Amino acid sequence: MASAAVSTEPVNPLVAGLERSPVAPTALVIFGATGDLARRKLLPALYNLAHDGALPERFHLVGISRKEKENEDYREECERSIRAFSRRTPDEDVLRGLLEHVKYVPGVFDDPGVYAELGQTLDEFDEQAGERLNRAFYLSTAPSFFPTIVGQLGGSGLSRRADTEVRVIIEKPFGASLAQARELNARVLSVFDESQVFRIDHYLGKETVQNMLAFRFANGMFEPLWNRNYIDSVQITAAEDLGIGSRAGYYDQAGALRDLIQNHMLQLLCHVAMEPPGSFTAEEVRNEKVKVLHAIAAPTAQDIPELAVRAQYAAGHSGGEDVPGYLEEDGVPPDSITETYAALRLEVDNWRWAGVPFYLRAGKRLARKVTEIAVTLKPVPHLAFSQDGSLGVQPNQLILTVQPNEGVTLQLGAKIPGTRMSIRPVNMQFLYGTSFLSQSPEAYERLIMDAMRGDPTLFTRNDEVEAQWRICDPIVTTWSQTPGPLPEYEAGSQGPAEADGILREGQSWRAI
Amino acid sequence: MAAISDAVWSEEGTTPDAIEAALRRLLNEKHSENGGYVPARVLNMVVFVESDYSGEIANRLRRVGRYHASRTVVLSYEAHRERLNARVTVASEGEPGPEEVAPLRETAIVEIGERHLDDLQTIADPLVVSDLPTLLWSPHRHPEAADALLDLAQATLIDSVEEPVWATAIERAGTLSRRTYVVDLAWLRSTPWRERIAATFDTARMRAELERIDTLEIRHHPDSTVAGMLLAGWLASRLGWELGHTVIAGRTGHDGTLSGRARSAAGADIELRLQEEPELQVPGLAGVRLSSSSGVQLSLDRGRGGLRAHHRDRDGQVRTGRLLGASRGEGGILGEGIRQALLRDPTYRPALDAAREMLPELDETTDAGSAEAIA
Repeated sequence: MASAAVSTEPVNPLVAGLERSPVAPTALVIFGATGDLARRKLLPALYNLAHDGALPERFHLVGISRKEKENEDYREECERSIRAFSRRTPDEDVLRGLLEHVKYVPGVFDDPGVYAELGQTLDEFDEQAGERLNRAFYLSTAPSFFPTIVGQLGGSGLSRRADTEVRVIIEKPFGASLAQARELNARVLSVFDESQVFRIDHYLGKETVQNMLAFRFANGMFEPLWNRNYIDSVQITAAEDLGIGSRAGYYDQAGALRDLIQNHMLQLLCHVAMEPPGSFTAEEVRNEKVKVLHAIAAPTAQDIPELAVRAQYAAGHSGGEDVPGYLEEDGVPPDSITETYAALRLEVDNWRWAGVPFYLRAGKRLARKVTEIAVTLKPVPHLAFSQDGSLGVQPNQLILTVQPNEGVTLQLGAKIPGTRMSIRPVNMQFLYGTSFLSQSPEAYERLIMDAMRGDPTLFTRNDEVEAQWRICDPIVTTWSQTPGPLPEYEAGSQGPAEADGILREGQSWRAI
Repeated sequence: MAAISDAVWSEEGTTPDAIEAALRRLLNEKHSENGGYVPARVLNMVVFVESDYSGEIANRLRRVGRYHASRTVVLSYEAHRERLNARVTVASEGEPGPEEVAPLRETAIVEIGERHLDDLQTIADPLVVSDLPTLLWSPHRHPEAADALLDLAQATLIDSVEEPVWATAIERAGTLSRRTYVVDLAWLRSTPWRERIAATFDTARMRAELERIDTLEIRHHPDSTVAGMLLAGWLASRLGWELGHTVIAGRTGHDGTLSGRARSAAGADIELRLQEEPELQVPGLAGVRLSSSSGVQLSLDRGRGGLRAHHRDRDGQVRTGRLLGASRGEGGILGEGIRQALLRDPTYRPALDAAREMLPELDETTDAGSAEAIA
């Protein structure tokens, strides 16, 4: 855990009132520069930052990848990616200006010569600028390269430098098990200080996830209800209607638990369950999240059948089309036991949440795409109305939708117009899209800027990653040792019937 | 989603009640047609325009893109009009598909005459959505109309560079600031400049230079003196400069230069100079130069694809660069103005107050707001 550094520098009086605080001159190095993430997300994000005037005056980008190519070829690739995936039509002058500062270094990641060439390139930037630029290394490669790259950065002396900041941004997944996460953390922290490390969980960069903190801690009306006395259960769902597409190679190694639950969904759980931090500094927020993770008991192998369910999608229908089952998808081994659906029941053992089940489910090829958190309140203790002739009184639900229609819905009981006192649930809905003028920046725009500024609030700390793995690791291990075939669910359905088995009596899954 | 989807109502000789009822009815009809149509509830905007220019204002509002108010009430003024006529439009960017929502934007154009001027608030008030902030904009000045509507608004949009007399613009902005939150487009045009100056002085080494600034030169569009004054006022208010009145060079200002002096918090003299840049085609700033007594200099100049920066260090070493950023265009600036109505910038008012302190000292018998006195 990093301790918060107290700055002794005088505050810049010119920064007050500005929406964007300054970023120091920086050279950003992307490892895996020709990969999908770089092309679809990172390069368009950098362009949009340039378009908004958010990049520092002196900004250089270096792409590193195995493929041999010249600077000019890589610039053309960057241009194509930006034109294809930017959320805005590029301004030609800005695009040209950005590309002028792009360089490419070819080579394999375990070759010390690559780092020598990189170091020389970075030194040249400093010389041109007449000052030492901050350096940020973005690891956008397959996870198996992370230890190698980190080791080489350390070995070549690129990981630390006097008078400037050197940072490393590491993409998910951060390890595929608790042991791997610990090993990777140890490796990374043998080269960098924790304050230099920015572990990406891009969900944390989403406006709606950040809005959850505003929803909880800027509104006094929910806090009195936000505990075991009033809340019956919490369901967190990340459902996709699509299958694995062309990602069989990655997905069959990962599965739903590693892909979504171990990172994104546990982060959502933390946002729901954390105590109000004393202040919104990175360390305070992350301390509170870690406390939540530590309050969740890791399931034992004996408990897992009662607490966790996995399944694979079978052939079915999606969007009016016939679609294949997981085992029939291109690139998936016919005997694969990788889950495309996972559901867990967890409990947060503290005074606020003791006894309240937190249900997490994630899956592909479900009925529709939705990510939401549904908080179900306990039913009213006594009902004076007859429920005949109506849908009856349902417990109130508060639904925080992360995507696609970001917002908050409160389900209330209301009288049906007429002579009888019949009640049915109605929705009181707030949609972010109808209440703000601003276009939300892409998560990666926010995260890249925060990393260059050195603000770690929206990044995962080392102990946080390990605490997440501590919860999921026993399930991963048990499932990997349990032979298939897995239960199936029809593509386009609500998921496997077996998922009902982990629910407490009287509780049910929300319709996806 | 694709294509614009509109619902329209109009009536001659109407009343605010009837217009409000039409807005509600059109919203309900759109929602019944497709549950994905939902009313946006962000911001009311009340616009007072001369009817001859209402088309131009409509065009300007169309160019703000996403940053439009959720309900816009346009009071279109033609002196001799006797009756209230209104046209209401409820529109979305397109038809929502399954699982989609399409926020609706509402526009009520109300034609009014001179006889309605005393009761403007009673016309506009029933038409704004309760409990939403309201932004007032009177682009053709009409201060009497704007004043009559001020109690309705939480924020007022102005563009100080559109006032023909810049000293009057600063005084007017000051008067409005005491009654409501002011969003000044002249101020927003300087945002990239302020961001870059702040970034330049953000390192500990450069921050020390802030106390040594001895010269500030600002070049601006001939009609944007007020933008230059606001930028100078911003630096002065942030850095604690003690200001004196500026002097118009040649007394009549024919060479387009304002000069003055300030005293830094440490007691050092600072030379101020605002110079017109006749070549500049768009409103706003053309360039800024800051020099310090230790020899450090920062110049920023407007250019394609961002500001051009020119730094000189203490040792005389020179560095140049471009600060990337796409032009927002006047549509983008207006959109930003609408967005800013929902925020609060604590630095505008002190900058404005400082700019007022710098106004040229005029003969006691001269009206400080008159064009003759200044130009």
